[in-house]
Order: sequence, then C-alpha cells, then structure tokens
Amino acid sequence: MSYKMHLLVCGGTGCHASDSDILLETLREEIKANGLENDVQALVTGCFGFCEKGPIVKVYPDNVFYIEVKPEDAKEIVAEHLVKGRRIERLLYEEPTLEVKLAEHKEMPFYKKQLRIALRNCGFIDPENINEYFANDGYQALGKAVTQMTPRDVIDSVKESGLRGRGGGGFPTGMKWDFATKYDADQKYVVCNADEGDPGAFMDRSILEGDPHSVLEAMAIAGYAIGASHGYIYIRAEYPLAIERLKIAIAQAKETGMLGEDIFGSGFNFDIELKLGAGAFVCGEETALIHSIEGKRGEPTTKPPFPAESGVWGKPTIVNNVETLANIPVIINRGSDWFAKIGTEKSKGTKVFALAGKINNVGLVEVPMGITLREIIYEIGGGIKNGKKFKAVQTGGPSGGCISDQFLDTPIDYDSLIQIGSMMGSGGMIVLDEDDCMVNIAKFYLEFTVEESCGKCTPCRVGNKRLLEILEKITEGKGTPEDLKMLEELGSAIKDTSLCGLGQTAPNPVLSTLKYFRHEYEAHVNEKKCPSGVCQNLLSYEIIPDKCVGCTACARVCPVNCIEGAPKKVHVIDQSKCIKCGACYEACKFDAIKKG
Amino acid sequence: MSKIKSLDELMKIREEAEKSFNLRSTSESEDRVQIRVGMATCGIASGARETMNAIVDELEKENITNVSVTQTGCMGFCEEEPIVEVLFPDKPSVVYSLVDEERGREIIQKHIKQGILLENAIMNKSFNTARE
Repeated sequence: MSYKMHLLVCGGTGCHASDSDILLETLREEIKANGLENDVQALVTGCFGFCEKGPIVKVYPDNVFYIEVKPEDAKEIVAEHLVKGRRIERLLYEEPTLEVKLAEHKEMPFYKKQLRIALRNCGFIDPENINEYFANDGYQALGKAVTQMTPRDVIDSVKESGLRGRGGGGFPTGMKWDFATKYDADQKYVVCNADEGDPGAFMDRSILEGDPHSVLEAMAIAGYAIGASHGYIYIRAEYPLAIERLKIAIAQAKETGMLGEDIFGSGFNFDIELKLGAGAFVCGEETALIHSIEGKRGEPTTKPPFPAESGVWGKPTIVNNVETLANIPVIINRGSDWFAKIGTEKSKGTKVFALAGKINNVGLVEVPMGITLREIIYEIGGGIKNGKKFKAVQTGGPSGGCISDQFLDTPIDYDSLIQIGSMMGSGGMIVLDEDDCMVNIAKFYLEFTVEESCGKCTPCRVGNKRLLEILEKITEGKGTPEDLKMLEELGSAIKDTSLCGLGQTAPNPVLSTLKYFRHEYEAHVNEKKCPSGVCQNLLSYEIIPDKCVGCTACARVCPVNCIEGAPKKVHVIDQSKCIKCGACYEACKFDAIKKG
Repeated sequence: MSKIKSLDELMKIREEAEKSFNLRSTSESEDRVQIRVGMATCGIASGARETMNAIVDELEKENITNVSVTQTGCMGFCEEEPIVEVLFPDKPSVVYSLVDEERGREIIQKHIKQGILLENAIMNKSFNTARE
C-alpha cells in the first residue's frame, strides 16, 4: 500500500539553517506516535526558493504550503492537518498587499512569474532517491542521446537551443562543445564548475543539493557529445551538504548503470569524480580551476590555448557551470525549439537569481530572460524592506556593477546588462536602498577581489590594491577631485591589462557606481559628506538647541561620555571626543539630534 | 537495484517510480479531480479511514492517476458520516453520505470512471460554503 500523504520539508541551505532537519525528525516522530507511518511519508527536498519565510513544509495531495514552520509546530501539523484534515491557518502565507491567506504556492506572487527549468525538481523530489528523479523524466535524455542520437545531433540541439553559459560570461554552450570535438585525443574531459564564489549567491548550491542527478545526467550527455569518458565536478569544500548529496547520487547512478560502462547498452562509458576546492574565488576561472584539479596552484593562464584544446592534463576539456548543465536534459527531452522560444533574441531560456539585500522576499527565483528588474524586485521580490526607497541593484557579484532606477524597466539578458555597465554574472542580485552608500558598496566588493586576487599579474595584484586605497581615502573624507579621475583611469587600465576574468572585471563595481552615482562620490570629496550617512568619518551629530528638552537620554547612552548638560538644560556634544556611534541619535525621543 | 540496460527498461522503471510519485504530480496539475473525505472525529468514528483506504485502493487498482484523495475537516452533518465530496474541475461538487467501503469503490467505478452519479447516495447536489 502506498502512502496517502507526502510531507515535503525543505532541506535547502536557508531552511536547514533554521532547523528544518530537527523539524523533519520531529514530524516523523509525531507521525509514528499517531500510528500514521504507513499512510504519511515525510521527506526532505531541495530549495523551494522562498528562503525569506523558511523553513517551508509542503503537504501533498492537499497542496498546502506552510511557512516559517518550527519544530514545535510538528505536533499541531500532525494532530490537526494529518489526522483531522484541518489546515493550520497561522502557518499559511499571508499576501501582504491583499491581507489574505494563501494555501497554494501557485497563488503566491513570488511564484506566479517564475518559470522553473533548472530548478524544476528543487522542492519537488527527494534528492537522495534516484527513483524520484526517474519518475520525473530522469535519465531519459541520456538514454535518448546515447541510443537514438549521434554526438553531432546532441551538439546541434544544444546549439539550436541558444543556451549560453550561466556561470557569468554567457558563452554559447553548444559552440564550446563543438570546439572540443575539433581536437583529436585519446582522452577528453567534462568538468562541472561548482566553485560558486560570489558573495550572496547560492544558485548552484541549491541545484546540487536539490537535484544532483540532473547535473550528473547532463555531464554524461556532454561526455557523449564530445567523446569524453571522464568527468570532474569541482566543488568547494564549504558545501558539505551538496557534496554529500552528490556522493549519494553518483553511487546510485553507478548502481543503476546510469554512469559507468556501456551505458544503456550503447558502448558509451562515463565516470564522474569529485574534486574538492579550498574555496579560492579565482578557482571559478576555468584555467585556474583546471590547474587546481591537477593539484597545482589555483592560478590562471592566458587563453588561448582554450581548455577545449588543452585543458585538464593537457587534454581537450569543456568546463560548464552547474546551472548550464541542469538545463541540458530538458533541452534534449523537450527539444531545442521549445527551449529557444523562451527568453529574448540572443539570450534563451531562464536564469536563476539569488535575491538578497533590502528586499522583502529574499530567496532563489528562476525567471525567463527578458523580464524586467521591476518585475523581479517589486512583483516577485515583494518590494523594498520597510517601505524604503530603492536606490540600486547590484548584479553579477564582484565582477558586476550597480544598476540605478533609470534601468528598472530594461528587459534583462546577457547583452543588455553589459550595455548598462553590469553583467549577468552567476546571478547574485543584491538590492540596495536609500540607506546604502554607493562608495562604501564599491569598497566592499573591491575589498573582496583584492583579498581573492591570486597575485599572478601586476594590474590585478597592485592595481586593485591602489584602487581600494583611493576608495578608503574617499570614505575617510580625505579624497580630492583628482582621485575620481584616477579611479576611472586606473580602473579601465586594470580591465584592459589583467590576465584573467577576475582582474578584468574587478573594477566594474567602482566604475559603474562612479558612472551612475557620481554625485555621491562628489559629495564625499567636495563637501566631505556621506549622503546616506554610512561613512563614519564623514558623519557628525549635533544637538539642535531649540528642540532639546534636557531629558538626559542622550548623555546616558553615550559610551564615551562626550555629551554635557544638566537636566532640563540644552545638551552639547563635544565633537573632539565623539566617536560617531549614533547611540544618542537612536536614543533621542524629540528629534533633537541632527545627523549629517 | 540492477543495472538498466536499455531505454525501454528505463521507461518501465519510470512507470513503477511514477506510481508512488503521482500523489505529488497530480496535486500540482490544473485539471485534477479531488475527492475529499470528511475526517473529523465523527467521520473517523463511523469508518471514514476505512472508506478512504478503499477509495485509494480502488484508484490504484484501476490505475487512475488524475485523482487526488485528501482528507478534510468536519463536513457538518455528523449523522450522515462518512461523507465524501467529489470535485471535478469547473463542475459543482457532489457530496455523498454514508459512504462505506463498498460505496467508496462504487464512486470510483461509476462517478470517476464513467461520470454517472450515484443518485441514491447524494446528500446535496450543490454544496457551497462561505469561502467560495
């Protein structure tokens, strides 16, 4: 007798961090305590994407979507919903604008505009059970490819689909595969780049945790297409859950003959090996990644030769990102025409974005290319937190740029983002509001790239460091108008002369903020002010005598005792001692303290 | 599990795997038929659990996959329990009363398979609630 109900508990990174594993255990215990273990199956699944409201629990067949479920709620879910069939209203999602409770996730604005191709199985199947993958077209594309298609057919379909690399650059995937077929070799390699390193990005991690088989299947298809029998997944050791799920998936795939020798009786052999990286950002660059696989230092080399000619161990190699690969089985199964209908003229399909920053619905979303930023931020993302004003959105991580509100209605794809000075990157999207200082944001990203630069080439090693020093000078209030010119000049020199993608894109956050938010830089330099009130050295707190009632609240919270004044008398801040911590500003109930 | 050696073999395994997965794919589909079984104290006491098991079993036997069976709270007419509601998309719901195992199976055979209502068992042809 099969189960009458399935309880899916999100095991994605966000929900896992909010105790979804304990929740699952408690649910199982409660199910057992109520004698329902033969009727109800509780299982873990991949990321639902709605991380803001996790942990998520989904109940089938009722199709009910519970949010922010804590282990304490398990008892009630079992006693009320499972035993008596009553939905628990307080755990349903409430649509903030309409103030109605929504039970089904399809009704939620967060999901309405999404189209999940790469994330198709995340939050739907048990990633540790190959049978659930089989039930959802799993390994059919591989079967079809090796028994009914020639390698040329496979490459042509990928080419015709218009799929481009999702790791950042957007290079056409089919063309990359085709290059690798042009070189003869006794061995070729397929490498999956799972070295996701952008701050705040977790697309690849979620795919590997939620649907690892889709990546394995795609790698085998790629192997068949280019004539490789060996694959590597280069994954950072900081992703222990993804590694664990991949290990389980590889073992299951080998056991069922989906990997190994003579796959589907076709004579095609393919094996996959995991390579753990130590988490250096530069190893996401393909030549550095290849060196790391070979046991050498993770440093890039010049291209050409491209990996398609000389990659791992000097053999023809293709390097594809996780999300790119997750699209492949769908393209083979549903056809390249189907895929090519989605998206814009030059960017086909969908893109997964990790929404973060000052946005209401933090999470993972997959949307068709050509959607506007406004739709992502305001409709799917639910707008800016606390009703603040939108300032910019940072896309593409440390290699990307900041996009200002004038481009909110630009349809986004690879080319349009580059045109407006940013890039798709791997899909991080960090929303900034009026309280964020753009100079400080640029400094943050540059600190990251300076830290992660491998040091091999001078423009990146020294140039970015100098760039950072100028930014530090500006945020400390010591900047001059010449510094702004220097930022631009040095930035473009670094872009032109660096060896690899890391250096070539590192100045982007500086250059794009300088272009669209120059007035903020000028305020720092000319007026020695930080308009958003972030840069501490440029802040001053002053008491407005007319408004001060002498309540002493500010003097009591000041950690350095720099506020003088007797009760019921006007207080004064000693500017020479003030450390600009803002405690007095927070404590004043009479708006008598001016921040500027 | 032994090695899969052909695409046909994979399709067979898929079919088997789908059986335990239909519960999820069916509930996500737009044109699914819903059968709701009243599972409050009164329903359970008058045998709703056995009725539900019979309905699920009959669906499996008949290999019907577009129907999802869910339990629901008190239907309000305890005298007539177990109560079962059948909901076809875009059609008014049909509520059956006093559904024992046998009548449960009959609902599948007649109403679900052939679209013939069990006239003698219908409690109320249109069952509207404040929610709808």
